[in-house]
Formats: sequence, C-alpha cells, structure tokens
Amino acid sequence: MKNTVSLSLHVPAPKCRPGDAADFSSVTLEEAGAAPRPEPNVPAKDTHELAYRLIRVLDDQGQAQGPWNPRLDIDTLKRGLKAMILTRVFDERMYRAQRQGKTSFYMKCTGEEAIACAQAMVLSREDMCFPTYRQQGLLITRGYPLAMMMNQIYSNAADPIKGRQLPIMYSSKEFGFFTISGNLGTQYPQAVGWAMASAYKGDDKIAAAWIGDGATAEGDFHNALTFAAVYRAPVILNLVNNQWAISSFMGIAGGEETTFAAKGIAYGLPTLRVDGNDFLAVHAATQWAYERARSNLGATLIEFYTYRAAQHSTSDDPARYRPADEWEHWPLGDPIKRLALHLTALGHWSEAEHAEAEKEAIEQVKAAAKESEAIGTLGQSTPSTKEMFEDVFKEPDWRLREQRQEVGV
Amino acid sequence: MTDVMTKPAAQASATSGQTAGMNMIQALNSGLDVMMERDPRVLTFGEDVGYFGGVFRVSDGLQKKYGLTRCFDAPIAEGGLAAAAIGMGVYGLRPVLEIQFADYIYPAYDQLVSEAAKIRYRSGGEFTVPIVVRSPYGGGIFGGQTHSQSPESLFTHIAGLKTVIPSNPYDAKGLLIAAIEDDDPVVIFEPKRIYNGPFDGHHERAVTPWTGHPLAEVPTGHYTVPLGKARIAREGSDCTILAYGTMVWVAIAAAEDTGIDAEVIDLRSLVPVDIETIEASVKKTGRCVIAHEAPRTSGFGAELSALVQERCFYHLEAPIERVTGWDTPYPHAHEWDYFPGPARVGEALKRAMTGGR
Ligand SMILES: Cc1ncc(C[n+]2csc(CCOP(=O)(O)OP(=O)(O)O)c2C)c(N)n1
Ligand SMILES: [Mg+2]
Repeated sequence: MKNTVSLSLHVPAPKCRPGDAADFSSVTLEEAGAAPRPEPNVPAKDTHELAYRLIRVLDDQGQAQGPWNPRLDIDTLKRGLKAMILTRVFDERMYRAQRQGKTSFYMKCTGEEAIACAQAMVLSREDMCFPTYRQQGLLITRGYPLAMMMNQIYSNAADPIKGRQLPIMYSSKEFGFFTISGNLGTQYPQAVGWAMASAYKGDDKIAAAWIGDGATAEGDFHNALTFAAVYRAPVILNLVNNQWAISSFMGIAGGEETTFAAKGIAYGLPTLRVDGNDFLAVHAATQWAYERARSNLGATLIEFYTYRAAQHSTSDDPARYRPADEWEHWPLGDPIKRLALHLTALGHWSEAEHAEAEKEAIEQVKAAAKESEAIGTLGQSTPSTKEMFEDVFKEPDWRLREQRQEVGV
Repeated sequence: MTDVMTKPAAQASATSGQTAGMNMIQALNSGLDVMMERDPRVLTFGEDVGYFGGVFRVSDGLQKKYGLTRCFDAPIAEGGLAAAAIGMGVYGLRPVLEIQFADYIYPAYDQLVSEAAKIRYRSGGEFTVPIVVRSPYGGGIFGGQTHSQSPESLFTHIAGLKTVIPSNPYDAKGLLIAAIEDDDPVVIFEPKRIYNGPFDGHHERAVTPWTGHPLAEVPTGHYTVPLGKARIAREGSDCTILAYGTMVWVAIAAAEDTGIDAEVIDLRSLVPVDIETIEASVKKTGRCVIAHEAPRTSGFGAELSALVQERCFYHLEAPIERVTGWDTPYPHAHEWDYFPGPARVGEALKRAMTGGR
C-alpha cells in the first residue's frame, strides 16, 4: 500500500539560534491574576485546566493581582528578596572561583532564584527536599552556612561530605536537603518513596522533589508520577522548565506540542503551571500543594516556567547554540527585579535599599570565602585520604581494609 | 526509501591514502563523517549531539553537513535512546548513539542487556541489531562519581555484546568504522581523559596534546581496525602488561619509569579479546600485570587473569598482578589516590619481576 504522503522523520528545532534575533512571540502570557485558584482540596481534575494556563501574581507594574496573591507581609517579602540576591551573588562568586582554578566545576541558577528561595520559605525544615543541582537557593534561604557550601565546592578538609562528590552536590540532613545525585531524575521517584514512608508512619512530614524540563524524558520522572498518583503520596513534584537542557531546547524533551504540567493529567495528578520568575506565584502555588499534601490528599505536579539565564555549567558556552541575549528578551523577566519592583510599589523598597542589600550579600559571601579559602581550595587542602575508603559500607570488608593499607592511610 | 536502505557501493579500503593530524575527538568525528558519507543507513543521535555537536564535540558539524535527520538531539532518556537505536537497527539502519557519559548508561542497561544483546539469538537469527553505542568513560578529569566511572565489565559480561576501547586517534576511528560495519551491537567506551592527548598518569606534569604523535596521523578516508585484534603498544621481554584505554599510556610510563622492559598489550577489543596475542606475549615474558581504572572486584582484569592462568600457567614465573581502581565509588578530592597511576603500575611490575608481594 502506498501512503498518500511519504513518511519523513520529524526532529524538533528551536526558533532561534546564534545570530538570530531572540523570538518569544509564540509565548502567550496571560494577565497576572487571570488564572483561577481552586481550593487545595478539589478533585485533581478540577486543576487540569491550570496545566495549560500560567499562574501569575505580579504584573508589569509590580502590583500583586488575583486569587493566587499569597498576601505575604513585608518582612517575608524582604527576606525572600534578600535570599534571592544572596543566591545570585554566591553564584557569581563561585563561578569566578572556578574560572580562577579554585575548583573543578560550578553551576549557577541565575534567573531561577525565585523557585528555590520561595519554596524554602513554604516548606518546613522537617520536610525532605530532593533537589537537583540548581536548588542551591533552598540551602541559602534556610541559612545553611555559605562557608560550608564553599568547603564542599572546594572539596577541602572541612567539606562535610568528605571530598566525595563533584562541587555543588551538597547534602544536609539537618537542613532537610537530600544528597544530590549527578544522575538526572533518579531522585524524583525516591522523594515519592520518602513521602510514602511518611504516610505509612502516619507522620506530618511531606517530601518535595525537583526535576528539569530535560530530565522529564527519563523513565524515573514517569515512575515518580505513577507512584505518587497510585499511593497518593504526600509529595510536591516540582518541574523546573527553564527551557533548556544544556544545548537542547525544551522541544527535544517533548515540550513542543504540550506543556510539561499537562503530563501530570494522564496520571490523575493535580497540576499547576506557574510563572517561575514570579516570587509570589511560586510561593502561592507551593503553599497550595503543601496544604493539599498535608491534608492527606496526595501529590501535586507543578511546572515552573522560567529561563536558564546562565550557562548550563562552567563547562558550557550557550552562545554556541542560542542567541546570546535571549534572556534579555524573555518576557517573564528577572525574578529579583520583579520582586524588588513589587516591594517598591508597596513603598517598602528603594534603589538605595537594593544597593545596600547587594552590598551586604557581597560582604557576606566574601567573608564566607575568606573562611573557606583559609582552609583551602581544591587540591590545596583535602579531607584525609582514608576518607576515600570510608562509607562504602557501614563496616569495610577485607578488600577495603587491604586496599586502604596499600595506600598507607 | 530505497535510496536510504541501499548498502554502500563496494569501495576500496583506505581510499585516498591521505592522512591528517587528529586528536581522538577529530578522529571519531572523521569516522562518523566517512561512514555517513558512504552509507545512508548510518545516522547518529544522542543528548546534545545535533546542533551543538556533542558535549565533547565528536559530532561537530555533522548536522550541518548531513541534515537534521541524520545527526540529531535526543531526549534525556538513555533507555529510550538505546531502544530507539535498537528499533532502527532492526529496521536495517546503522545508528550510532552517544551516551553522554558512561556514568549515565545505566538507564539504557536493560535495553542493551535484555534486548540488543539477545535479539539475534532469540529470533533464531531473524532479527539483528547492528548498532553502535559510543560513550566517554574513565577518570582523571576531576569529574567525581558521575563523570569518571569505567563500567566496561558490566558489558563484557553480557553474551551478545561486543565491547571496544580505543587508546589513540588512529584506533578510535578504525574501530568505530569496524563497529559500524559490524552486524552486531558494539559498545565503544572512549577514554575521555585522552581525547586531547596521551595522558600517562603523571598528572603533575604538563599535558601533551596529540599533535605530532604517530598515532594521531590518521587516514582521512575509510579504513578499519578489526574488532578482536590487540596491538602491541610497547615491545618488551621482561613482563607483559595487559591494558586498554588511558591505562595503555600509564603502563608505558610505568615501564619507562622503572626501567623494566615491559611488553604493553593494548587490548583495543575486550570482547572478543585477542587471546592469541595475550598468550604469545605472556608465554614469552613469563610474567603478567593487568591494569584498569575500574574497581578491582569483578573488573575485566579478573577475566584476563583467569584466561592467562588457564592458558599460560606453566609459563608463569610469578603471580599475576592486578592494578585497578579501588572498590569504592569514584571520589572527587582523591582523584589521584584513586586513579591507578604509573607509580602503582610500577610497583606491580617490580613485584611481578621479583615474584611476590
Ligand atoms: C542520566 C543522566 N543523563 C545525562 C546527564 C548529563 N546532563 C547533565 S545536566 C543535563 C541537562 C539537564 O537539563 P534539565 O533537566 O532541563 O535541567 P537544567 O540543567 O536545565 O536545570 C544533562 C543532559 C546526567 N547528568 N544524567
Ligand atoms: Mg532545563
């Protein structure tokens, strides 16, 4: 039988490449405040419309609009803004540190700060976060010592995880921050298991997990959604759609014909799609899912629509695959500027205060760097070599004992 | 469809006789280029492989040259990647898929082990899977546990899979072409530490690029390095060192550093392994050191050691030595305590020469 049209292979391609003018004309943004807010206890299907919409609170004038306005007090807003500023300053400093040869690797979250910073303020410390490598804002917002983060980045003698992991793969049980894996997606279904355990125990805690748009292609993403839906696990499944996975645009991950949030619909999960650069919208959506999970109504999938403003990592050069100035044209803007504008509109922020906050952040990061670098940067100071053989098992077997002897430590 | 499915016209091997200086990345790129040029069934895909040309740039320029459907980006789903390649292979194409780092090959493991390796057998030879899986592997780049592993023995253990590891640009291209032309699934682990130069484990010394190295003088056209054939990387009479990948260069350095006249065998193919070359060398030297980066327990060294013992026992003057990564996950800070460098290979050589520990 002959087809009427001959078959051809479709390979998605982004609209613009280096040299092209940035083009977001196909991105339709609805007005801030337009998306409805169902109560957190509605049946999942009552949220499904929201998978195709965009929950926004802050408008272009910095005013908070609509039913998702979380009505945060001024102190909370200022705390959020300062946490985002600190996160960005920290990133810039550590990026430079890598360039100066002080460590092997670094990854920034520039442009995505609102997500981790707002969410850290909603979740409780007892909840367990299963982050990716771009949620440093969780630790920073919770006041984890910056010098300790740097010790990890430098793999120095004071590295809390003993030089075992690549820079930025933090771990802190005390801060509800599960050890980061470099393997994409693996932790997403683990968070579901953690949440199932909490439910099994009749506990009050919930879990939260993060995944990138790119990594949603992994089977683990789908495993997580299945288990979360089947067992109604108390977990918030965050999906950070920053539109890029290294050099691949989100169309390669299956974002060409639908939204990422919509993937939750088929699993029967409640789904929200949120302006990820809008601190208030992030906060409100997280609060919604948090209440739902804590009311024993199970998991929510939230897509945060944002843009990866920085390089993927210090090993990357985005000018090779996308217009260099694309971020400047990204219609959802910069989360820091947008929250600052909001506070200014409320009459509680000024350029002078902003400059002061930046200065404070720089000083804070500088002081931490001084403390950490006094111990040493990568190679100058290392945890004891015997650490290499510890924690493989609770008790080393004869092989590890012999191998350790061979090294002479 | 017929044009895509037509096999390449029979062409003389080593077409033009021209060569060019290439590092390993350029050589692999050239191998893909040559095969895509002559055989429309060959295509390549993987994470960041298309427009960007791969994070190590092995597919650089190929999308531009051959179009979007012959060199393209894939979703981050290694299991999907492997499965798609298998389907294409079954149809009759010759896909070359890239797994960005060998540390990320595990989601593809089920597809490769349960499917690619067994389809010919379980279908009575009716269906076949002529695919190539390329993946950068190994340590020495401060990549921590997710950019440093050497998982070759997880694949050599699987009946129905061939496993290949080049140690230089010439072999990289020749083995890649042989793998593409092979009618069975072949996994190529590429030692990324030596993509740009022959690193010998002396990390304290300046890096040398491939420039000017005889093995970096690579024919620009078609040629093959046959699967299953080892290369004698250094002739010697005192002791045989069996190695592959980066460790070939470490082994040569160890011989030079210790002054022990070791014969370094670069296996190139782990499955099928060139047993004749191994046997001849060990019978000649009477001693054997095996070196790999992967952890010791159930590493490929265990297989090699058993083979040598079974076949050369009465020629051995000393116990077989293994120099390997430790039985720990790959660390970050302690990269050089973990990596089996020339000092450790040298110690093993000395033990092999004196006959004991
Ligand atoms: C299983 C696995 N495959 C591939 C990689 C290599 N890799 C690291 S980050 C990345 C892109 C991830 O993109 P996305 O999920 O969108 O997250 P983002 O970096 O944008 O935050 C890739 C392919 C990996 N770390 N793990
Ligand atoms: Mg992304």
